[in-house]
Amino acid sequence: MIEVSNLTKRYAGRTAVDDISFTVERGEIVGLLGPNGAGKSTTMRVLSGFMPATSGTVRVAGFDVFYDSEEARRRIGYMPENNPLHPEMRVREYLKFRARLKGLGWGRSRERVTTVMEQCGLTDVGRRVIGQLSKGYRQRVGLADALVHEPELVILDEPTIGLDPHQIRAVRTLIKNLGGQHTVLISTHILPEVEMMCGRVLIMFNGRVLASDTPDNLQRRMAGGSQIIAEIAAPLETLNAVWEGLPEVEQFDVSATDGDYCRCALTPRDGMDLRAQIAALASQQGWALRELSRSRHSLEDIYVQVTKPRTEEQE
Amino acid sequence: MSIFWVLLRRELASYFFSVTGYVIIAFNTFLTGESFEQLINGLSSDPSPVPVTQMFFGTSYIWMIVLLSAPVLTMRLFALEKATGTFETLMTTPVGDLEVVAAKFTAAFLFYVIMWLPLLACLFLVGHFTSQAGALDPGTVGGMYLGIFLAGGFFLSFGCLASALSRSQMVAAMVSLAFGFSQFAVAYWAMNRPVSDDWQSQLWSCLDLFGRMTDLARGAVDTRALIFYLSTTFVFLFLTLRVVESRRWK
Repeated sequence: MIEVSNLTKRYAGRTAVDDISFTVERGEIVGLLGPNGAGKSTTMRVLSGFMPATSGTVRVAGFDVFYDSEEARRRIGYMPENNPLHPEMRVREYLKFRARLKGLGWGRSRERVTTVMEQCGLTDVGRRVIGQLSKGYRQRVGLADALVHEPELVILDEPTIGLDPHQIRAVRTLIKNLGGQHTVLISTHILPEVEMMCGRVLIMFNGRVLASDTPDNLQRRMAGGSQIIAEIAAPLETLNAVWEGLPEVEQFDVSATDGDYCRCALTPRDGMDLRAQIAALASQQGWALRELSRSRHSLEDIYVQVTKPRTEEQE
Repeated sequence: MSIFWVLLRRELASYFFSVTGYVIIAFNTFLTGESFEQLINGLSSDPSPVPVTQMFFGTSYIWMIVLLSAPVLTMRLFALEKATGTFETLMTTPVGDLEVVAAKFTAAFLFYVIMWLPLLACLFLVGHFTSQAGALDPGTVGGMYLGIFLAGGFFLSFGCLASALSRSQMVAAMVSLAFGFSQFAVAYWAMNRPVSDDWQSQLWSCLDLFGRMTDLARGAVDTRALIFYLSTTFVFLFLTLRVVESRRWK
């Protein structure tokens, strides 16, 4: 659906996007993740056909966004950062105006506006003036606008920014439901959002794509550094000896806590999950076990890990 | 083509959605009324050999409207959309740059036409109460309106260009107001030059806004004026189009 090859965008004296390449398949929900100034918005602006690339090509549904711009734009629903709208217009009127701009006929635009208003929960505010709506509703108007012409590709630049938790949840559900019928590209710097919505993550930093994989795969890749925490009522020396003897445990650290309990922090070899084994061992030895957990790397750790060396280099 | 009409409708409606449109019309009606009063005072003191329409151009308020309306009408066209970001949502729909420029200019021009309608009422009053049938004939009225529209197109197209060049409505308005003043200054200078037949005088007479308008208000349609105003309007619109397109080569 999206083919980006060697895309570079330079502004006067600054390279915003530096030779990136990626593809997005039809029906995928892909998250573009990165700190502010990483080049996410620039990438999206080039993808949406608003700005040309300095070099490299971008094709959407087989159409070059620069040379076949109109055909490509017909297939894209784009919601820019900060979701600009015409505040003086009424919701329904605005959506109809946008539908007509995107080439829908009079009857068809009526039909589609009704559908997207239902889809985005705007039916009750159809006659309200956009400028008087709450931020959550305005965000939904932006989404409805992006969807109104049934685009094959939906590009959303930070769609949940500035919303309260309820509104964020509503918008996320809406976006999640778009997968399958639409290809969705979302940019954000909010990590849990990507974990919840996206099938694939592209981590961008300093204009480059540093990682591209599913959130699960990224976590698995990082799992080498995961830890298992067990609190067991047993003598400290015994525990040290036991962990020493287990080949699956790469590193361990045992410390006494309150009462008879010792806290063991184990680093398993190759990110293995040893919890079942430890539980079996404890019951076999008759030790009391009050905590057994595995700390998984959150996307946040991965993100920090991936972008960290560069940040330090810069500093 | 249908996209042009959709855009035109929205642009024209946006003048009426906001208070601005009504303020401009009210202000214009007020100034037209002032001009009318001056005209009536003039007429009641002594008889005049020139057509009423030409006398209208002798009143200063009419010129104020021509000078001030263009910046006010055009400043928001592109600058506001760029400042709020709606320019981005507009240009990422499958619309052509030409359609956008044409729709915005046409909307401003149509509003300008609507804005001048109260003047008809003033002329009607003069026509109704005058004893002379020749005081106000369709030719002079048509000529006067043609002059107003030609000058309007000229200033509005420059206003479009100024608005397309800037992100700030204020800057756009200042630039187009400065342009308006410069044209007035040139016109004064041209008007006060001694008349001769050399090419410099010919050139200056092209820039003589007051002379051109007065000719038109007498019902004398000079093709030079027609060509001058139409061609400069097209040049400014063409430049506006290039500015809008320029985001593709930056």
